[in-house]
Amino acid sequence: MYFGLSEDQIFFQDNVKKFLEDQAPLDSIKKITEGENLEVKKDLHQGLINLGINNILIPESNGGLGLDLLFATAVSQSLGEGVATLPFIGPYVMAPIVIKYGAGDDQREKLFNDMSQNLINFGVGFSEYFGSRDSSELSISDNKVSGRTLFVLDTDFASHVMLADKTGQIGVVSLDSNGIEIVDLTTVDKTRSYKEMRFKETTIEILEKTKSSTKAIEKALDAGRIINAADSLGASQAMINKAVEYSKERKQFNRVIGSFQAVKHMCAEMTAELEPCYSLVWHAAHSFDDSSEDSRLMSCLAKSHVAEVSKMVAKKATEVHGGMGFTDLLGLHFWFKRIGLNRHILGSPEIVREEAAKIQGL
Amino acid sequence: MDLNYGSEYEGFRKEVQKFCKKYSGVTITNKKGGALTSLNAVADSDKSNGQKVTRSEWQKILIKNGYFARSIPKEYGGFGGEIDIIKNRIIASEFASSKIPPPMGGQGIDMLVPTLLELGTQEQKEKYIKPTLHGEMIWCQGYSEPNAGSDLASLQTKGELIKGNWVINGQKIWTSTAQYSQMMFCLVRTEPDAPKHAGISYLLIPMDTPGIEIRPLVDMTLHAGFNEVFFTDVTIPETNIVGKRGEGWAVANATLGHERGSLTNPNATMSRLNLLIDRMKEETINGEKIIDNPAYRDRLIKLQGKVMAFQSNALRVLSAKLNKGQDVKMAGMIQKLVGTELRHELEGFGIDIMGELGTLYEDSPNIRDGGSWQFTYMYYLGLIIGGGTSQIQKNIISERGLGMPREPKTQQGA
Repeated sequence: MYFGLSEDQIFFQDNVKKFLEDQAPLDSIKKITEGENLEVKKDLHQGLINLGINNILIPESNGGLGLDLLFATAVSQSLGEGVATLPFIGPYVMAPIVIKYGAGDDQREKLFNDMSQNLINFGVGFSEYFGSRDSSELSISDNKVSGRTLFVLDTDFASHVMLADKTGQIGVVSLDSNGIEIVDLTTVDKTRSYKEMRFKETTIEILEKTKSSTKAIEKALDAGRIINAADSLGASQAMINKAVEYSKERKQFNRVIGSFQAVKHMCAEMTAELEPCYSLVWHAAHSFDDSSEDSRLMSCLAKSHVAEVSKMVAKKATEVHGGMGFTDLLGLHFWFKRIGLNRHILGSPEIVREEAAKIQGL
Repeated sequence: MDLNYGSEYEGFRKEVQKFCKKYSGVTITNKKGGALTSLNAVADSDKSNGQKVTRSEWQKILIKNGYFARSIPKEYGGFGGEIDIIKNRIIASEFASSKIPPPMGGQGIDMLVPTLLELGTQEQKEKYIKPTLHGEMIWCQGYSEPNAGSDLASLQTKGELIKGNWVINGQKIWTSTAQYSQMMFCLVRTEPDAPKHAGISYLLIPMDTPGIEIRPLVDMTLHAGFNEVFFTDVTIPETNIVGKRGEGWAVANATLGHERGSLTNPNATMSRLNLLIDRMKEETINGEKIIDNPAYRDRLIKLQGKVMAFQSNALRVLSAKLNKGQDVKMAGMIQKLVGTELRHELEGFGIDIMGELGTLYEDSPNIRDGGSWQFTYMYYLGLIIGGGTSQIQKNIISERGLGMPREPKTQQGA
């Protein structure tokens, strides 16, 4: 029996972490979020691809690494910790899972082969399936898609998008097609970008197995939620580390503020709440990899629980920094906002908890 | 990640299940004196008509089968098996999900026995361990004093060596089960001139010694869960000491971890959550089932996420015990704080789903589950405070776990 990340997983995770620490310091992140440094962003993306993050879930027979979701979870922690300004969850987690469970045999081989060589890159727009807002709607028929969908993820380097309608049917659209309008959504979290996409009779290739089964979208959503939770986990750990570090340096009343119990207890509370989240997220990823009975439930619990804990950490860690925590100068807000976004992407906690209740037949 | 214990252990699990089935419905006739006595009484309130055994008989059955005192040597009354954390865990989880009484707990078993095994003399081991395991010798712990709570090392109960005997004067408080106990393991200041932590000795005191007075201390659950114990010229033999003079603090600390670990059982928390879900399916308000009320549903799943996280965390801690060199950071250190707070919250939610009915207590008509939700809700507030308060736990996490500075010395008083 062994509960935790393997040596290989920790090694991969550390590589991503170190890469981001070296190549994407806060100054650089700031510039990217201000719309500058786009070349740097491209280089960062290429650097992570060189580490293999695009190939984690692609089968070895198609040129991928053939690893599992727990591996991707370990990597996602590092991306959250380093507030990476890069796509991950859409193209490198949800897309390959959709293909695995939803594509026909020929579709699968072609897509996986192209993805492993980075010839094709997916944004993901599944909001219509789990939570349509603002009267959005996509209608798919006769290999054409029309309508609009919000919060399409990870389009930065995308050549294609995967779209789902409310029934869970999934199709692939090339961004070179006619009849596509892409609208930038400006969220508080500028480390990643989100789009509204509008379609008018745009050509779409439906993935064969999603016509009659929701398994692909369910699996993709389960995996996406776990990866999302892992990102918040990493971001929260970074915030706690920064708070503890700051409290050991900052002096008031002739003492470092970290010697006051009021401050110490805030740090202890954050740690006590976050530590079990690691176990929950890893456990959920393992359940997913194992296809165990409770894997859908575990994913919902991980997503919704980490959303709550990370929100608490984001607030308390900022408070430990006092006024400095509130400034743009310190940049702590990048983590705060990333956690705020993660909370609502792929289902807000209340929505996910209701789903968890239904999954259990309650 | 590998959550399988292996086929050998699956066989063992089947054995334990068979045992649990055989003894399903057994009740214990005289269960006074174990820790959580009143908790067990409540848990057994859905009485079955099974076989009745005495506490001691049950302990002996468990030991004979290797389901209790597994790794304690045969010569001291144990089963004499190898230390096997996985087997212990399988036993605990199968017992928790069966209708058979758990092995006796309590401070004698959880704290004194490990202490004697590690630091006791041969004579002490032979004299005390076996009757303790058999439930025939109940122990209470004499640590806290009215002026020595979180700051335990400032305790003042005095022990003087006079003509080959320890003569003890002073007072202890928060002494669970003192009224049922034959013995007390006690921290006493024997070296008044030594520095605070170096002046304490660990003594073993028979409770029928003249000069001991026990006054019950009724707690908010209306049970006499604790006592005050007064000592006036209580005289015991010089040899009733574990470790050397002035080493009592280290002796006590050798096993303090055992208590903290035993306060929070994730399996028990999970079975309580499952019972809570059953109740939500049964209880109604205005004819509507509680489980169908969206506000209660949301709270339930929120709680379920926390319980699942806590249970997964326990697996991680277990993994670190089985796999040498695995670093689980602070996963172990947070267990007392998180486990007691979580259970308190869970029991409180059990009250809330029943609304007004949730406030019924003692032998009220219309009461649910014998009032166990109220009782355990309050009981766990006691555990949040006892065994190192939540605030002390936070000091430990921040100072030892996160490396944050201690309070400046000037704040510590004389």
